[in-house]
Formats: sequence, structure tokens, C-alpha cells
Amino acid sequence: MATVDDLKFAEFGDSANLLPVPGDDTTVTIEDPGQKPPASRGLPRGAGREEDEELLGNSDSDKTELLAGQKKSSPFWTFEYYQTFFDVDTYQVFDRIKGSMLPIPGRNFVRLYIRSNPDLYGPFWICATLVFAIAISGNFSNFLIHLGDKTFHYVPEFRKVSIAATAIYAYAWLVPLGLWGFLLWRNSKVMSIVSYSFLEIVCVYGYSLFVYIPTAILWIIPQKAVRWVLVMVALGLSGSVLVMTFWPAVRDDNRRVAVATIVTIVLLHTLLSVGCLAYFFDAPELDYAPTLSPAPPLKQATTMVKAI
Amino acid sequence: MAEADERTFLGLSDVSISEDIPVEGEITVPMSSHSQDDDYSTLDEPVKETIIRDLKAVGKKFVHVMYPKKSNALLRDWDLWGPLVLCVSLALMLQGGSVDSKEDGGPQFAEVFVIVWFGAVVITLNSKLLGGTISFFQSLCVLGYCVLPLTVGMLVCRLVLLASMGPINFLIRFIVVIAMFAWSTLASTAFLADSQPPNRKALAVYPIFLFYFVISWMILTFTPH
Repeated sequence: MATVDDLKFAEFGDSANLLPVPGDDTTVTIEDPGQKPPASRGLPRGAGREEDEELLGNSDSDKTELLAGQKKSSPFWTFEYYQTFFDVDTYQVFDRIKGSMLPIPGRNFVRLYIRSNPDLYGPFWICATLVFAIAISGNFSNFLIHLGDKTFHYVPEFRKVSIAATAIYAYAWLVPLGLWGFLLWRNSKVMSIVSYSFLEIVCVYGYSLFVYIPTAILWIIPQKAVRWVLVMVALGLSGSVLVMTFWPAVRDDNRRVAVATIVTIVLLHTLLSVGCLAYFFDAPELDYAPTLSPAPPLKQATTMVKAI
Repeated sequence: MAEADERTFLGLSDVSISEDIPVEGEITVPMSSHSQDDDYSTLDEPVKETIIRDLKAVGKKFVHVMYPKKSNALLRDWDLWGPLVLCVSLALMLQGGSVDSKEDGGPQFAEVFVIVWFGAVVITLNSKLLGGTISFFQSLCVLGYCVLPLTVGMLVCRLVLLASMGPINFLIRFIVVIAMFAWSTLASTAFLADSQPPNRKALAVYPIFLFYFVISWMILTFTPH
């Protein structure tokens, strides 16, 4: 017959003493889905650590699917449904903007910052600001370039605002739509671990456009070299964030398809920035200085007449 | 103890009314005749009085915008007459730019209209989606009325442009537009910021800033032909 003392739980001392000395082992602690394992922080991407990260991302995505189902339970014709897409605080928006401009290898923008709370505030207002930034900066830059030119009559060029709006909103919504459809199609063939919802892709693209706002303002400087350096820097920053976000999603696919997808993403991004620079900003190399006013040709004409 | 209670409530049983006696009587609402009088009087009053009353309401709101204090008058009785008048006058004053030239000129009348109203609607939707407690038309009313400083600025710019063009001319217009832009933004923020949740105030105020910035740019870049 067992006494009460026999049934009492025996103390085994501190559990840390029982484990072998950690040494080089990677201890993965899965307490907080958003918390990264301490071993992989700051280290370059190795295959093993990436798997851990992806597994964490996987459990995160499982939970996020449940949470997403719980959150967005209102039917789509009610106002509350759309309020769930604006459930962000000021500091969260700032964090996401910061994360979109600082690509750190190993950090996935979606997993780290969005974390099943994609918002539409950022993409919409960043695109709106970018539209006006490009139109106004382009107008102002043209004004400065043609400043001494007597033949130039300044116009506000308001049409260009609607052109800029169409281009940027189309890029920010149609490209994510195409990419999401493509990823969905490939996911049906290849079981990839990481998959993004449509809103998360829209979020990534929207926030990645933020770096072009200061770039557009700096494009006022009428030096060709400066402008191209700015294009390179902006493209490098936001392009690498995009690449690092989407590489885990296409990595498991056929090698050529994966590389083609990433190249297309970067190419479209480049096309947007170069296209905006070419269309809205006049080339500064043409010399519009007052020294090229019609006076010298007139002088030549009068000397020719005198010679005759 | 129970018996004492019973005795206290004993007399109350007599107060109950038996079921076969119907309860009837007359209930008069003392204010009813007064409200009937009101409807009667506003229908019958001369048109001039009605118009003057509405104009006074609009004028009172203009004063509230020019001296923004945290009063509820703008919010409580909203109306959209003031914003309409301001928007139309602003759009009219922005005409007469390089309209007949071949290049792209300033904004057309319809473009100004669309920007002001569509912009106000989008900002209102944005603040409601972020969890603001203000009603749709109240917010439209505030945003529309706060265009008043910018309309005054446009008027001043057009008067200044009657003088000769030059850098001093531009500088005066620039200072005036900047001052009016700051006034508009501060006025509308004073009325609207309280209705936002505290950790999202900046998110709701930024679109208002962008809205008035765009209108200021349209005013500043206005060049007569």
C-alpha cells in the first residue's frame, strides 16, 4: 500500500543541472512566436538556422491563421470588417517604415513587423504622399532648371498628378495581386512552408515604397550623377527588403522559376523608379543658362549682313 | 419578525385594483402645443428670415474657424453650406491661369472640386476606420470650414498678383500661403484631434496635413496668364 509520502513528487533539483552543458548546441526556445532564437541573431544565413526560423515562422503562421479567423469574423459588407485593417498604432507604423528601409539579412519583414496584422493605412497613405511628392518635386525641379530661361513659361502641370497617381497605385495594387496569384499557383504544385496572404504582400509593397519619398524630394537637385546615385541607393534598400521577403516563399520551387520571380520583382521596382525619374524630372544636362539666349545668333546675323 | 413585516405591508394590499376595473385617463404633454407653434412659424415666416438665419449660422462657424477654441458649435450643428461656398469660390479663383495655353495648366474647376470633396471624404473615412468617434458629416463640415483661411490666402494672392511679378511678389505670396496653411491645419486639428484614440492621433492628423498642403501648393503655384 503506497503511503502519501511515496506518492509525493520527488524534487530533482534544478532542471538546468540535468541538461548537458550547452556548448555549441543551438537551444531553440519557443516561448514567444515573434522572438527569434538567440543563436541565429546577427549571424549570416546558414541552412540549419534558416530552417529553425522557418519552423518558427510556420508555427507563427499556424497561429496566425487561427488568429486571422478570429479577428476578421465580420462579414465584408460591414464597416467593422474594414476597421480590422486599420488596427495599428502610431509606433507600429513607424516601426514598419523603419523596417522597410533597413534590410538586415535574416529578418523577414512580414514575419517580424506585420505578424498577422497587415494594415491598409501604410500602403494607402504612403502611396498618396509619394504621388504628391513626385509631382511637386518634379514641378519644382523643372522650375529651378529653367530659372534663367526667358522662353520658359512656368505652368503647374497639374495633369501629371493624375498620371503619377495612376502609375503608383497601379504598381502598389496590381503587382501584389499578380504576385499573390502566382505564388498561389506555385504553392499548389510545390508545398512551400512560407505563404503570404494578399494583404501582407500589399503591405510589403506599400511600405517598401516609402524610401522613394525622400528620394523624390532629393531629386530636385539638378545633377544627373546625384540623381542616379539616389536611384541606386533607394533601389538597393527597398529592393533588398522585397527580395528577402519573397525569397523564402519561392526558394523551394524550381531553381529557374525562383530566380525568375525574384528578378521580375526587382525589375518592376527598377522600372517604377527610373520611369518616374525620366517622366517627371527634366534632364538637367541641357544648358538652360541665360548665356544661351538668342543674342549671339542675332549678332552673327548682323555681322553677316554687314559683310554682304 | 415576519409578523411585524406582515403588519407593515398589510395596508398595501387594499391599494391593488381588481382586474375588471379598466384604468383610463388623459395624459397631456405640456410642450406639445409649443412645438406645433414652432413648425407653424418656420413654415410661415418670410424667406428672408430663413436665409438670414442660415447665413448667421454659417457666419458664426466662420468666426469659430478664424479663432479656433475648443467649442462644440462647429461639431454640434454641422452644415455643408459653408464648405460648398468656400470650395466654389476657391475653385473659381484658381481659374484664369494658363488655361488657353497648350501646355498643362493649373487645376480645372472640376479638379479642385474633386480634390477638396474627395479628399475630405477620404480623410473622414480614414479617421473613422482608425477608431475615431466623430460622425461622418461632422468631420466633413470641420474639414470644409477649415479651408476658409486658405481661401482668404488665395484672395490675398490674387490681389498681390495684380502688382508686378518678381521675387518679392513671390516671397509675399509664399509667406501668406504658409501662414494660412498653418492656420488651417491647426484649426482643424483643434476640432478633430480630440475624437481620435490617443495612440493614433498622429495617424489621423497626418492626412489632414497632406490635404491642406496640396491645396496650399495649388494656391502658391497659381500663375495668371
